[in-house]
Amino acid sequence: MDVSVIVDNFPFLIVQGLLGLGGFVGGTLRLAIPAIVLGFALGVVLGVARLARARWVRGPATAYIELFRGVPLVMVIFWMWFVLPQLLQRPIPEYSVALAAFVIFEAAYFAEIVRAGIQSVPRGQVEAATAVGLTRAQSLRLVVLPQAIRSMIPSLVTQMIVLFKDTSLASIIGYVDLTKAAQIVNNREIRPFELYLFIAVVYWLCTYAMSLVARRFERTPA
Amino acid sequence: MAEPAIVFREVHKWFGALHVLRDVSLSVASGEVIVVCGPSGSGKSTLIRCVNALEKVQQGEIVVLGEPITRPGVDLSRLRTRVGMVFQSFNLFPHMTALRNVMLAPMKVRGLRAAEAEEIARALLARVRIPEKAEHYPASLSGGQQQRVAIARALAMQPRIMLFDEPTSALDPEMINEVLEVMTDLARDGMTMMVVTHEMGFARRVAHRVAFMDEGRVVEEAPPQEFFAAARSERAREFLSKILSH
Ligand SMILES: Nc1ncnc2c1ncn2[C@@H]1O[C@H](COP(=O)(O)OP(=O)(O)OP(=O)(O)O)[C@@H](O)[C@H]1O
Ligand SMILES: [Mg+2]
Repeated sequence: MDVSVIVDNFPFLIVQGLLGLGGFVGGTLRLAIPAIVLGFALGVVLGVARLARARWVRGPATAYIELFRGVPLVMVIFWMWFVLPQLLQRPIPEYSVALAAFVIFEAAYFAEIVRAGIQSVPRGQVEAATAVGLTRAQSLRLVVLPQAIRSMIPSLVTQMIVLFKDTSLASIIGYVDLTKAAQIVNNREIRPFELYLFIAVVYWLCTYAMSLVARRFERTPA
Repeated sequence: MAEPAIVFREVHKWFGALHVLRDVSLSVASGEVIVVCGPSGSGKSTLIRCVNALEKVQQGEIVVLGEPITRPGVDLSRLRTRVGMVFQSFNLFPHMTALRNVMLAPMKVRGLRAAEAEEIARALLARVRIPEKAEHYPASLSGGQQQRVAIARALAMQPRIMLFDEPTSALDPEMINEVLEVMTDLARDGMTMMVVTHEMGFARRVAHRVAFMDEGRVVEEAPPQEFFAAARSERAREFLSKILSH
């Protein structure tokens, strides 16, 4: 085992591959963080819409969720990469393609988590909120969602970790994330064992940090 | 005499095929305390939940404080600020302190500033005799304390009518009295109250009238002395002998 390959390429692997601050458009975190934030935001909207009374709200939300949960992520990435530019008649940069694909795809999973979280809040809570005169929107925002988020945290974190790891799929369209960066270095130096072990450790440290943060949230009192 | 606070006129309600309120006509005077009792499933909860429109009725009319609430286009938010409700399972908001639970509606529904809402909330927590629990979360309160916070929360909108759905049924016996005492105070202050309860001691001491329900009908209504001494219907006598025997 020769760690010099890691030491020599450390800035490229970490700064470019993990953080996305190098010469290429890329970075695992630069993709994962906005994808998680935007995917969750869209997921909340879809999850709430799926429980709406009005069928014209509920129907499309349900269709969206079922559609994207039923197709592979790679296929969505390819769609965005090959089909969308043709439809729009103009090229779309890798970063936009990757981010859009992840947000669109992951929102469906976040939506299901949000729906389950909302449904886990006892009915009496909404009744009490209604009985004191809150509107439906107010009782959702002030009473239901704050409690739902709490029960959602474990599955949300699991999903965020999945999303974080799945960003490695963006390398198939040439996006230079951590996996792609390791691949680039390996093509030159042929040190697969050291390189792929190293990035495995980096991925693991990131996901482990995520679950530690989540555990702290779960422990704080209501 | 002043106009009644609540009037049910030939009210029918179905849950799907289940006919749960059958031709209920009942009137509650302003300042009156009426206890509703009857066997499980007889429609007591459904009846009082109609008063603040948590349940909709399919037939008949309900008039609350002079306003028909069974017609389309009623201002439900306004209705619910005039009618407070207390639930069997308290239903406090677990992510808020006792104080915040009470402050929520005055701030969000009436638009009061936090300082004003807090003043009202603290006064109400004192009125239900737990001013020292203001900063506690529901999970750290006993059942009796939670139910008193729930009463304060319902009072925060200064309602003219209070509905209670078995407010002491989920409580350990030693906590029942602290809640009944608060309710007794309210009654003495002239609040109009509809109380579903099996606390017959409370009914005897505080209620002006007892309504007995069976299979979706109000079978009998009478002043408590009369009801307990000589219920007219066979069903009511049967019911009384069951709950008074233990
Ligand atoms: N949301 C609902 N959907 C369908 N059926 C319902 C619903 N709520 C109540 N019911 C039914 O309506 C009937 C009357 O219920 P209700 O809760 O009013 O009775 P209750 O007199 O309060 O009984 P309990 O003493 O058990 O609380 C029961 O048969 C009950 O199963
Ligand atoms: Mg009931």
